[in-house]
Amino acid sequence: MASRLTALWDWFDSRMPSVGEEYRKHMSEYYAPKNFNFWYYFGVLSMLVLVIQIVSGIFLTMNYKPDATLAFGSVEYIMRDVPGGWILRYIHSTGGSAFFLVVYLHMFRALLYGSYKEPRELVWIFGVLIYLALMAEAFLGYLLPWGQMSFWGAQVIVNLFGTIPFIGPDLALWIRGDYVVSDVTLNRFFALHVIALPLVLLGLVVAHILALHDVGSNNPDGIEIKKTKGANGKPLDGIPFHPYYTVKDTVGTIVFLAIFCIVMFFMPELGGYFLEHNNFIPADPLKTPEHIAPLWYFTPYYSILRAVPPLFNSQFPGVAAMGIATLILFLLPWLDRSPVKSIRYRGAYYKGALAIFIVAFLILGYLGVKPTTVWGQFGFDAFFLDTKDRATWMARLCTLLYFAFFILMPWYTAKDKVKPVPDRVTM
Amino acid sequence: MKQLIAAFLFAPATLLAAETGTPIDAAPIDGRDLVSLQSGARTFVNYCLGCHGLQYMRYNRLTDLGLTEAQIRDNLMFSAEKVGETMKIAMSVKDGKAWFGVPPPDLSVIARSRGADWLYTYLRTFHRDAKTATGWNNKVFPNAAMPHVLWKVQEEQSAVQYDTTVRDLVNFLVYAGEPSAQSRKSIGIVVLFVLGVLFIFAYMMKKAFWKDVR
Repeated sequence: MASRLTALWDWFDSRMPSVGEEYRKHMSEYYAPKNFNFWYYFGVLSMLVLVIQIVSGIFLTMNYKPDATLAFGSVEYIMRDVPGGWILRYIHSTGGSAFFLVVYLHMFRALLYGSYKEPRELVWIFGVLIYLALMAEAFLGYLLPWGQMSFWGAQVIVNLFGTIPFIGPDLALWIRGDYVVSDVTLNRFFALHVIALPLVLLGLVVAHILALHDVGSNNPDGIEIKKTKGANGKPLDGIPFHPYYTVKDTVGTIVFLAIFCIVMFFMPELGGYFLEHNNFIPADPLKTPEHIAPLWYFTPYYSILRAVPPLFNSQFPGVAAMGIATLILFLLPWLDRSPVKSIRYRGAYYKGALAIFIVAFLILGYLGVKPTTVWGQFGFDAFFLDTKDRATWMARLCTLLYFAFFILMPWYTAKDKVKPVPDRVTM
Repeated sequence: MKQLIAAFLFAPATLLAAETGTPIDAAPIDGRDLVSLQSGARTFVNYCLGCHGLQYMRYNRLTDLGLTEAQIRDNLMFSAEKVGETMKIAMSVKDGKAWFGVPPPDLSVIARSRGADWLYTYLRTFHRDAKTATGWNNKVFPNAAMPHVLWKVQEEQSAVQYDTTVRDLVNFLVYAGEPSAQSRKSIGIVVLFVLGVLFIFAYMMKKAFWKDVR
């Protein structure tokens, strides 16, 4: 039997050798540092969630109807009448949040170990592009259930484009295809969500991995393992991705799936954070909900949007701040002047800055799901700008800290007292 | 457009104003209590189904509650002809709007948007109010368009009995909001068990492969 399989493979390999070559290049002879830790699971988990979303999405598409009069009902039809439909729907809704969770942790890993630094700038840039495409994909998909939050969330986000000077109103009209979010909008968002953005995402993921495998993976020590090679020409601190990391990632994948399933089977709404309560009310263009909040993964940026005061009666400064807050990520490899990559060998400045940045980001995320009055108001009128809400001022402070992390980075990373980096990785 | 964005950005400020300050009671519901669910279904078809449909719920799905199709046909189907039909109402949206000001909403997923506790409190906090068109008002939903449909039930039953009636009704609405909720949990336990077994083998495999990595 084994010899027959070998013969079959030889037959295949002699006719199409590139399959074997790519397998060796990216799997069995791709040398990855042997000291990957917990944070290195989230790259492969992001890919796993992408596959989960695509597969569950295909089956949802078979039963979903992108029609403003039918969409809400078709989701309930999936939940009730389609055999196993509720599993598909909960896989997809839990997967949406899980995608952002693993991507945020993956990005945090890059900040910890300087994975964006030379020679991995392109890996980072493709990664940020994936993040932006993912935000677009999530936003487009959120309209499809056609609940109140779907409708009003889309209405508001599209209107953000409307604040851009001069071209704004026409741009918003062009995106919606109508004067309000309507059936036309639902149809085009469906097309973009199921075809356009998934194609973009897949292409970017391929580019991200090709760019990574050309330069090799970083590691928790931030050491280039290619600098220390053995007699066989392979990095001494490297091990073949397959089988070492395939078996290790299998363990991580099972743990991740267990957490995923606990949410999916026992708390699919996750207290309104994964599936919002108001989204079980069908979209009603005539009834604006009292409290519109995006899903949790957008709330840090939503907080930034709310924190920036309007200028000349225009919300554009907030919209611009929100846009810059995401686009500034592209500049990270050039803002960081530190001679070392990993936080293990960095000084107090970077460690402090990163800690402040993460706390500010989490506070922004928390404030984004709450009304601006959540922490009450200042009893006095000491501030010259428009609001007394404590939460708004906290959001403003955190917005400044968010930007300060990037803007001051060339200064504090250059000043930082770094420790000597060893030649070989530590386990 | 500017107004809409402004309304959006500052709308949360009005959230607290809309709250009534009436404490919301926890609904003592249990999705596995078939007696309670059947009682809730009976109350629903007798008192609610005149105005509120469950348009995504099929009558024969109520076999989940331990009923046979014959029992459903004899006891719960007043207007429908076939047991596979959805629990729709005859009242049109237009008529509903003309009669009540707002069309009575479909209740298929009301428990998922309002929550069981809110429904449980809402149905127990109606009180007389001469100022409203219906003569009734509500503590957690001031000026609700709905009159106190269960007033006769509340009058005839003791306070404890009425709480139980409402509990059963809310229990049924929670079931109707997600009929697969019980099987979801039982399948989940099996899935987690399988993952647990897989984890053991995967972990042993990882240990075996990695024993020479130092």
